[in-house]
Amino acid sequence: MTQYFFYFLSFLAIFFAALVVLSKNPVHSVLYLILCFFSIAGHYILLNAQFLAAVHIIVYAGAIMVLFLFVLMLMNLNRDSEPPKSWQGKVAATLAAGLLLLVFTASIKGADALPSGNQPDNTVGLLTNLGKTLYNDFMLPFEVSSILFLVAMVGAVMIGKREEVSE
Amino acid sequence: MNQVLTAAPLSHYVLLSSILFSIGVLGVLFRRNAIIIFMCIELMLNAVNLLLAAFSVHHSDPSGQVFVFFIMAVAAAEVAVGLAILIMIYRNTGSINIETLSNIRH
Repeated sequence: MTQYFFYFLSFLAIFFAALVVLSKNPVHSVLYLILCFFSIAGHYILLNAQFLAAVHIIVYAGAIMVLFLFVLMLMNLNRDSEPPKSWQGKVAATLAAGLLLLVFTASIKGADALPSGNQPDNTVGLLTNLGKTLYNDFMLPFEVSSILFLVAMVGAVMIGKREEVSE
Repeated sequence: MNQVLTAAPLSHYVLLSSILFSIGVLGVLFRRNAIIIFMCIELMLNAVNLLLAAFSVHHSDPSGQVFVFFIMAVAAAEVAVGLAILIMIYRNTGSINIETLSNIRH
């Protein structure tokens, strides 16, 4: 049963990701990306990583994509304002991405034979285990990321502010 | 073999993440709208996140999922600063087409 869910969600994720790139209207791209993120959240649930699924939906669909949509509306770009690209550019982009995919698929042939280092444990993605790891082994990166957020917040405000000097 | 990955073998997760990452690369090379390029970068980050989570479950090691958590935090900060820069560019040049931004190098 879960196999079918996996392939269904994979199909949805790839389909919506392709639509993000191919749709003309930027607002449609944002909405397709939100759907793609929801199918990735379904993958997290299949992996028994409930905490990641919840955080993924809250952070990406709830915060980041709303920010994207807000900026698109602010710039009034919700129409096709993109000049058509030359066919050489399209062919080159498709070739480059396809070759990258070829390299990836050629390099994963032995992935199934990878040994799993630890005892099999189904509860690894639950909040208890993640919290213990986060606050014991990753205490310093956790604190540093709070400083990163502070710097990013100040930077975003500074960059987004209008300059009075030049006016 | 452990039975932790119940849905699909590990190689299928690697294949799915590779396809999603390649679609992100394709979008970065294909589109000219800077916001859509940003969204494709988010898509690539998510492909890597999914792969990290799959390997974390495969190894029964929670560190990988903690790293996914950190990547999400850094992505949120990156989007905030990047969109502020894009708004600044739009305010100064009236466009977010990356072709018009190539005069930055002069």
